[in-house]
Amino acid sequence: MIWESLRELITPTTAAYALAAIGLNVHFGLTGLLNFGQAGFVAVGAYGFAVSVMTFGLSAPLAIVVALLLAVVYALLLGVPTLRLRADYLAIVTIASAEIIRFALNSSAFATWTGGANGLYNEYSDWLKGSNPLPSGLLSLGPWTFTANDLWIAVVDWVVVLLVAGGIRLLVRSPWGRVLKGIREDEHAMLSLGKNVNLYKLQALVLGGVIGAAAGILYVQPTSVQPFDFATRMTFNMYTMLILGGAATVFGPILGSMIFWVVMSVTDQLVSLGVDAGLLHDVTQGSQLRFVLVGVALVLLVVFRPQGILGNRTELSFDAK
Amino acid sequence: MPSDSILVADHVHRHYAGVTAVDVERVAIPRGKITALIGPNGAGKTTFFNLLTGFDKPQTGTWTFDGVRLDGRAPWQVARHGMVRTFQLTKVLGRLTVLENMLLGAKNRPGERLLTFWRGQDRSDLSRAREILARFKLDAKADDYAASLSGGQRKLLEMARAIMYEPRMVMLDEPMAGVNPALTQSLLHHIKDLKEQGMTVLFVEHDMHMVRYVADRVVVMAEGKIIAEGEPAEVLSSAAVVDAYLGAHHDTDLRELIRESES
Amino acid sequence: MIRFIKGALVTIVLLLVTGAPALAADDWGFRGLLRDGQRAPVAGATVTVSGDGGQIGQDVTDAKGRWAVIPVPGPGKYRITIKSADFSYEVTKELVDSPTTLHVQNVVVSTSDTAPAVASLTDRLAQRAVSGFNLGLLIAIAAIGLSLVFGTSRFTNFAHGESVTFGGLTGFLLAYVAGLPLLLAAAIATVLGGVFGYAQDVAFWRPLRRRGVSLVTLMIASIGISLAIRSLMQFFFGSAARSMTREDWGAVRLGPVVLPATSYAGMGISVVVLIGVGLWLTHSRIGKATRAISNNSALAATSGVDVDRIQRIVWVVAGGLAALSGVLLGVFNQVSFDMGFNLLLLMFAGVILGGLGTAFGTLAGSIVVGVCTEVLVLWIPADMKYVGGLAVLVIVLLVRPQGIFGRRERIG
Repeated sequence: MIWESLRELITPTTAAYALAAIGLNVHFGLTGLLNFGQAGFVAVGAYGFAVSVMTFGLSAPLAIVVALLLAVVYALLLGVPTLRLRADYLAIVTIASAEIIRFALNSSAFATWTGGANGLYNEYSDWLKGSNPLPSGLLSLGPWTFTANDLWIAVVDWVVVLLVAGGIRLLVRSPWGRVLKGIREDEHAMLSLGKNVNLYKLQALVLGGVIGAAAGILYVQPTSVQPFDFATRMTFNMYTMLILGGAATVFGPILGSMIFWVVMSVTDQLVSLGVDAGLLHDVTQGSQLRFVLVGVALVLLVVFRPQGILGNRTELSFDAK
Repeated sequence: MPSDSILVADHVHRHYAGVTAVDVERVAIPRGKITALIGPNGAGKTTFFNLLTGFDKPQTGTWTFDGVRLDGRAPWQVARHGMVRTFQLTKVLGRLTVLENMLLGAKNRPGERLLTFWRGQDRSDLSRAREILARFKLDAKADDYAASLSGGQRKLLEMARAIMYEPRMVMLDEPMAGVNPALTQSLLHHIKDLKEQGMTVLFVEHDMHMVRYVADRVVVMAEGKIIAEGEPAEVLSSAAVVDAYLGAHHDTDLRELIRESES
Repeated sequence: MIRFIKGALVTIVLLLVTGAPALAADDWGFRGLLRDGQRAPVAGATVTVSGDGGQIGQDVTDAKGRWAVIPVPGPGKYRITIKSADFSYEVTKELVDSPTTLHVQNVVVSTSDTAPAVASLTDRLAQRAVSGFNLGLLIAIAAIGLSLVFGTSRFTNFAHGESVTFGGLTGFLLAYVAGLPLLLAAAIATVLGGVFGYAQDVAFWRPLRRRGVSLVTLMIASIGISLAIRSLMQFFFGSAARSMTREDWGAVRLGPVVLPATSYAGMGISVVVLIGVGLWLTHSRIGKATRAISNNSALAATSGVDVDRIQRIVWVVAGGLAALSGVLLGVFNQVSFDMGFNLLLLMFAGVILGGLGTAFGTLAGSIVVGVCTEVLVLWIPADMKYVGGLAVLVIVLLVRPQGIFGRRERIG
């Protein structure tokens, strides 16, 4: 049972969440931007890619470009009016916009393209599955067995995650990253030193958003596109991962995502046991309890260990205005 | 009015919910000199600073710095034109090291642009930063988090960081407030040093001893208006200034100071 | 033509109001009338109602031209086909969860019709605007609690929506499950909501304030609490939306506007409560102290205001108002585990639209948001209903971030 849960360490979902959390970390951890709507960026990426392929017949590379460009546009739309306002405004606007996007994707109005509440069946990942060099059938890796497709997608996903994390590591240590940290701590000090604070914040919002959209593309490769996945819960899961692993650290979001999904898998199995024992009504009901746990964990973490596992107490990040 | 002014401001008016904070008809700051801006608490000195540096917006007012109109500009644009300020409550970045604080003061670094972030490894900036830190006796602390500095050291670091920007004018908001007396002499020395290096200094101060000691010129504000300006000795003995201070029941040691300057 | 349709609708509505329907109020379905160009009933035509999965029900018009297909599975889109020897007509109708539409929809068709029969735009606009005003009042009641908490505790509480849901679910338990009269249930739920607010303050916010944690930490803690409480409510209540009460107060018609009587009662209660809160804030000692803290907490503390006590009282008031709003929202719409969370976003829209921190602005902003949310449904699909209100929020921030009544200085 534990081995089964540890499988979550390397699944594509864990990788996609880790990547989206890296994007959120650029916003929240590095720059101090309170983005409560990262799920909106993930949805833009997922739908931008899937619709480009399925409705407009674009090739996969072109569809990726379209999806990422849409995320740039979305970040600019959110950021230009709100970044000069107080932190709460960005939080409110990002959560509201993410919900607007989800309602619209879920609506029957655009069902021709988005599939409405049914989402989209996976007819867009042939590019990835077709390039699979692994022998087909079931493959075992240590104690786990994967289908060739799942394993290949996991490999591709983790390569992307590590490349992006490496890029972020370079950025964080660059003078550009230092300016972001300065902004996180005191905008006024940075303004008095001639830094165009709003421009930096906008760059951070766009960069983190594009990474979120890339995560959206990865997220839907092994599965179908379901509008419900992009609810606010997705964003709050990411905050839990981020603070668990260590906000403002490069590998915190990855570690956080791994731990989060292993714990979710363990609790999932506990719920199944609970259902078998007649303690719980059904699995859906049991899964609500798991999210109670996530919420409580988030509160406890942010209050008692805001620096997470990898973070440094003197460098923790939430006192930025 | 001095003939060579680096900063000239006209009709600067700022009120909050009907209460006038700043109402300055005209003020000119001489180039290459040290000017002190004094006045009782609530006179509008810090607000005037905030207006000039773009951190607050006046209802009316224009000002030019070295011939360039700077009213209506964002704070970072003001800084880029060479007018760099410090804050009454120091804004040292505590979670960065002292050296990193200094490097953030350097301007025009390609590495600070997203598209060229990999460029401009800090070599020349680094040596300049270390040199300035040594002048301010902070070099031993270079790799410590700035949060570990004492209040006086933070004032010094903020001033050093402003100099790192190579400004034409430095605006210091109460550089002496909360500073341990042992450091005061060294701060005064640094302010004079700025003038030696050709910078213009404008500073807000409460301490009359210090004003008399370093300022070439004094501007007195009370209730948002400029009520006197000129040489320190002549201004500090003016009846209007004494009234402004004593009327506001502040700095009662001013009488003593005046007696001192008369003797 | 339009006058004729209006007349027909009026007749049917009056029929429904006076001659109480024989069917259970919870059944969804369609009934209708088929007539010819001279308004004489057409008998013997076949009426078929079908959904996504094919045919659901069929009926043949009687001698008076009447037909009925009840029940159908629930809210959703249905295709109605009417066929007789020399006439064929097809129309798509949507059943929507809303107090402004009845569960059983009336379809009046004339054999001279070629297009679906609808009420005139102005009539529908009036109907929607009144519903929107109602929704706006609900938003305002809840949003005033949100801004009071913001004023006294200085942070945006993302868990405020769960206080609304708490009120809605408590009201449901009392009114629907326990069968108490609706008004009594509302009163009890409001009191319990106050207790809930107090409990939140004691359990989370006061300890956090004592620790001196930052604004950002408080906001993130509030999303954690919101997620935990919302999931807990979903655990106990399930994901379905349900009616608040079995009581049926009938519908009231004012001009072109037909609303359930409970909605008018709700609006009356809302207005009284809003006036009461306004008077409390401006005239009572505690209300004045609350405003003093909002203006300048440090100054208020030095002039002898017990800030901690006022914060406690504000949490109680905010919890009670949110719960009342939840009950009224449950009557207006339905009760579900995420009703408060959805309302929270509209509250933000109202508060920002009105300009952060002004009570009158919050009221006006909330009403604008409520009206926009309801009226826009005329042009956008019902399943995107909340998008209208949220879009208002985004547009306001683009054009006038300080809100309609806010001053520019308050920001940034």
